[in-house]
Amino acid sequence: MKDRLFKAALLLAACLIILLTAGIVYGLVSQSVDAFTHFGIWHFITSADWDSRNERYGALPFITGTVVTAVLALLFCIPFSFSVSLFNGEYFRNRKPAVFVGSVVDLLAGVPSIVFGLWGFYTLRPVLVGLGVSEQGFGVLLASMVLAVMIIPYASSLSAEFIGMVPNELKEGAYSLGATRLEVIQRVSLPVAGSGIFASYVLAFGRALGETMAVTMLIGNTNHIPRSLSDTGNTMASIIANQFGEAGGLKLSSLMAIGLLLFLITASINFVAKYIMKVVSR
Amino acid sequence: MKKTFFSGPRYRLAKSRLFFYAVCAFSFVSLIPLFLILGELVQKGYKQFNIDLFTRVAPSSMEAMLARISDDPLPGGILNGLTGTLLILTIAILLAIPSGIATGIYLAEKQDKPLARFVRSLSDLLQGIPSIVIGVIVYIWVVKPMSGYSALAGSVALAIMMLPMVIRSTEESLKMLPLSLKEAGLSLGGSYSRVMMRILLPSAFSGLFTGSLLAVSRVMGETAPLLVTALGASTVNWDLSHPVSAVSLLIWEFYNDPNLAGLIWSSSLLLLLLVLGINLFAKSIAQKWKIQ
Repeated sequence: MKDRLFKAALLLAACLIILLTAGIVYGLVSQSVDAFTHFGIWHFITSADWDSRNERYGALPFITGTVVTAVLALLFCIPFSFSVSLFNGEYFRNRKPAVFVGSVVDLLAGVPSIVFGLWGFYTLRPVLVGLGVSEQGFGVLLASMVLAVMIIPYASSLSAEFIGMVPNELKEGAYSLGATRLEVIQRVSLPVAGSGIFASYVLAFGRALGETMAVTMLIGNTNHIPRSLSDTGNTMASIIANQFGEAGGLKLSSLMAIGLLLFLITASINFVAKYIMKVVSR
Repeated sequence: MKKTFFSGPRYRLAKSRLFFYAVCAFSFVSLIPLFLILGELVQKGYKQFNIDLFTRVAPSSMEAMLARISDDPLPGGILNGLTGTLLILTIAILLAIPSGIATGIYLAEKQDKPLARFVRSLSDLLQGIPSIVIGVIVYIWVVKPMSGYSALAGSVALAIMMLPMVIRSTEESLKMLPLSLKEAGLSLGGSYSRVMMRILLPSAFSGLFTGSLLAVSRVMGETAPLLVTALGASTVNWDLSHPVSAVSLLIWEFYNDPNLAGLIWSSSLLLLLLVLGINLFAKSIAQKWKIQ
């Protein structure tokens, strides 16, 4: 009797997750229907207008802003996170330097987004202004630089694990044929761990897409498509954070629609990453 | 094949070594931001890091401006933020941890059943949802029906963010236990629920505890979802159905109000120390209990 109750409670908890997800999807869809029917789905996605006075809304500036900052952040972060993952997974695996580097990088993942925003605002922005990138320093470049730092832990810790999982026999075989360490990494470790490393970068990319506070503080919040790296812009997450409080009616629905699009994009990115990992670990 | 310098062993070894140095250099550079951030917060925040920070509520823009004009230190602290964070987090923990642990047990027990697989991928999906989207959803489901921003809405948002982490850590730590443990319990005549609650869960406790603490530290500094759910308040409030402030929300307010900018650093320092402190504590526990 007690067992049956216990098992029922477990099942109930599991079903709660299903209910929760369904509620999230239903909520987003039902709230964004207004915007989609009013503007048309395709037009909403491809329109660059964001005009509160004339009630004309389109998501294109924010989609481009989000994708551009995330791609740039990923590009900036690759040399660093790749080095960290080799340092931890290959050169110093399970030894003190790797433990140290690993835990410091892990701590970086714990730093709140808003603190990263402050750091970007007060420390990096003056540097960019000094270099003459733009007058105020705000913009796509600043936002993606800070984003790059924020995703280093996500990209590096998982790929370090995949690099560490490369069987020793394979590497020893290569060494015994006279390969140098670099050649072993190039010809053995990377080909074996490659798809896993790729998957962890996809996951990090998904993180960068959804990041809100730091980007909101740094990108400049102008509702147009950024024309250059030093131009200001806005991302899907930051337009929601910025304008949600004062929004109502069609604007609120448009913001919800942007939320739904962001949800769909990050969900599919995560799905791709998880799928690759599943195939790799098989 | 013709032998040149570039195929010779000396060149190859030099290249390999050079690559190693490059890896070390880049890894080292990756560590710098954390120390830069910590250094900046300590350097700019230690002056305001006093007892007032913990005992007084945030000043209004007016008070701060008057203090600035007469060159006094900024009055007030972040008491309303601290109590708000405490309230929101407590309720979030109460919501997320029991249901997360129960789901985790279910997943660990049912491993490959279709429903378990489905729930597992949904939990992964939840983990990937951007925090602002979670905030917006809670706005629809909690703030709107309750016709107002509230501490409860903030807790629900943070609980949804914690849930996947708690589920994952429960499942992983239960799966690491040897099967014989469960079999021994059952063969002694223990009922299923008894074996689970008295043997398996206590054995997996360290993993569970660490996972939950990490989840708490991860959501502690969240700002975006609270912005659209808990809103913020200028006084200390313990009522779940009313708007409430949080440390991260106060930092956001200070950042947006030039008069209050002087309080940014001490409150950020406190937040960062809390988050990193819990993080390190959780990891040290994991290490300690793993050895035994």
